Amino acid sequence: MADIQVYTKSAAELELGQRRAKSSMRNQVMMFSLMIFLTLISFTMVTAYGAGVAGFSKFFIIPMLMLFAAVQVGLQLYYFMHMNEKGHGIPQMFMYTGVLLGGLIPLTFLTIIWW
Amino acid sequence: MSSVAQKKGFGATLWDWMTTVDHKKIGILYLAGGGFFFVLGGIEAMIIRLQLLRPNSDIVSAGLFNEIITMHGTTMIFLAAMPILFGFMNAIMPLQIGARDVAFPFINSLGFWMFFFGGLFLNISWLVGQIPDAGWTSYASLSLVSEGHGIDFYAIGLQIAGGGTLMAGINFLVTIINMRAPGMTYMRMPLFTWTTFVASAMILFAFPPLTVGLFLLTFDRMFGGNFFDHTMGGNTIIWEHIFWIFGHPEVYILILPAFGIFSEIFPIFSRKRLFGYPAMVFATVLIGFLGFMVWAHHMFTVGLGPTANAIFAVATMAIAVPTGVKIFDWLLTIWGGSIKVTTPMLYALGFIPSFVMGGVTGVMQGAAPLDYQLHDSYFIVAHFHYVIVGGVVLGILAATHLWWPKMFGTMLSETLGKVTFWFFFIGFHMTFLIQHWLGFWGMPRRVWTYMDGQGWNTANFISSIGALLMAIGVIVLVINIIITTVKNVRVGNDPWGDGRTLEWAISSPPVHYNFAQTPLVRGLDTYWIEKSEGNESGITPAEPIQDIHMPNGSIIPFFMTLGMFIAGFGAMYRVETSWGLSALIFGLVLTFVSMAVRSLQDDLGYYVKKDEILRDLKRKGGRK
Repeated sequence: MADIQVYTKSAAELELGQRRAKSSMRNQVMMFSLMIFLTLISFTMVTAYGAGVAGFSKFFIIPMLMLFAAVQVGLQLYYFMHMNEKGHGIPQMFMYTGVLLGGLIPLTFLTIIWW
Repeated sequence: MSSVAQKKGFGATLWDWMTTVDHKKIGILYLAGGGFFFVLGGIEAMIIRLQLLRPNSDIVSAGLFNEIITMHGTTMIFLAAMPILFGFMNAIMPLQIGARDVAFPFINSLGFWMFFFGGLFLNISWLVGQIPDAGWTSYASLSLVSEGHGIDFYAIGLQIAGGGTLMAGINFLVTIINMRAPGMTYMRMPLFTWTTFVASAMILFAFPPLTVGLFLLTFDRMFGGNFFDHTMGGNTIIWEHIFWIFGHPEVYILILPAFGIFSEIFPIFSRKRLFGYPAMVFATVLIGFLGFMVWAHHMFTVGLGPTANAIFAVATMAIAVPTGVKIFDWLLTIWGGSIKVTTPMLYALGFIPSFVMGGVTGVMQGAAPLDYQLHDSYFIVAHFHYVIVGGVVLGILAATHLWWPKMFGTMLSETLGKVTFWFFFIGFHMTFLIQHWLGFWGMPRRVWTYMDGQGWNTANFISSIGALLMAIGVIVLVINIIITTVKNVRVGNDPWGDGRTLEWAISSPPVHYNFAQTPLVRGLDTYWIEKSEGNESGITPAEPIQDIHMPNGSIIPFFMTLGMFIAGFGAMYRVETSWGLSALIFGLVLTFVSMAVRSLQDDLGYYVKKDEILRDLKRKGGRK
């Protein structure tokens, strides 16, 4: 069995950890409220369209919903799945490459097959 | 699981190999499986060249010829070249980064068995007599009307084998990201590890399109789908796009590891560090990235329109830039070095002009207007054989000679190795150089036979003789392997004398836990640094000698894959036979039960005790 090494944190390290946890918590609460707010707006827009309020056309609402969805995905990844912290460079690189290819290929299909 | 050699019965040995999760043994399995399919594909190639030896030949019928070329291409790409490269990645890459195994040993084994059963599935078509016949690209309109189960064998076989490839790719990625020894930063990784990394990343992005494409094809053929049937609102061009979105990265997946192999060989046998290491790394990554942006250059004549053709033509030519960087880096590595022309070095030296020729014809085809002239002619055949044989196969043969001592503990004969090289190299150029002109003279690709009096007779004759020389080369290699194995002269850690990377610092073959102590990496060419500082052991340890945690072997991957294999037959024959549907259900149940067993059992592995490690160290103490 590998020797188990118990590492005791110094007082300064403990304090730093607590401070970081606190700021992380604050960020998460902030982002969570923002996400609820975005969800509320989305539902309001759809309800407004259903009620026939002037200015809420399909062509306005659908792109807006898409945009909000993208923002929500970003917030989820960065704040709740900790991609804003250190040591996430490789996952970020792979995710952005995937997004790039996943965007370029349908774009090509749209322009040269289905146009 | 002692590392001390014991006499074992045949059954026990077979069981050991079927359950192994050791990356070195799986590497050997890949090498053996890939080698078998390489010979199979080679025999198919010989039949092709025999048929084309003379005009109006009818050694094989037109239909059989289509089947042979389809199986030759499919076998060589999916079942020979890629698995053999995986074999080297498995056997060598963990050693190069100072790891004791890959990140997911179980999945590693699963990947191998999926490749093997997928390949078996594909080749059982020969026994059934319904063989894929729509070319290795299996373009949809053609493959949809192909009768019998040939194309189904292609689609399902590749689906299984492709799943294995995807697993292997993900496994290598996680291994390289997470399991590097202390001090092994990204910019200290050997080039073979780097190319494994980039090729694996390309697998990650390129194989899902293939999976989707094959599923669509399977659904169109077997379940009444209409994805590619234009009479039902589908679009046959979509298959071509999906196939090449996978297919073009695929050729870079093949060539990048070969680049990595040569990047190891040049420094070793020139006794110089690799020239322009950062540029090499950058070029590798750039090739990997650009490889996804060029697929439509296979489809210039489809009628994509001038704008699309121009964009893809420019992107294609851009790839020549990083590739050129690599060629110059290799040349400058040799420049002024203390060169030893061993067998691997001979392959590496032969690779540079051969691959450059293949690359240059690639740029020619990248020019869309010229491609209209060259498309589907023998020029294309010449081009891709120049890059695949002149690049990938020379790389594989070079790696076989270079790493044979590390994998098996014996040295292949240098004399026979050089005989192999010259037969293969001369045969290769004889076979394919003349095919460029055959293309210019109008001989179409994939043609079954040709009429007399078109001026193609001599060229085809020369080409076929060249193929014979290549076959002789491979036979000499097989003889070499047999002789070496029978003689069984054991070699030390660093049989080439100038090894630079970590794999040469440990015994040949390495003990099953690879490193008694995880090494500390102090720079690029780790072992070279230790040697030049007079470190006898070749390694600066990063940890004390202590118990080592290792994974247990498992037979579950075998049964999981067997289930898919059986389910594949069931899916194919579910309507026309009475047993089809039950085979489909039985196979799927077997797979899912195996997965459940794996999930529910706690397999925590075992420890190699400190005493055993010390004993191993003492036993080898006298021999360095």
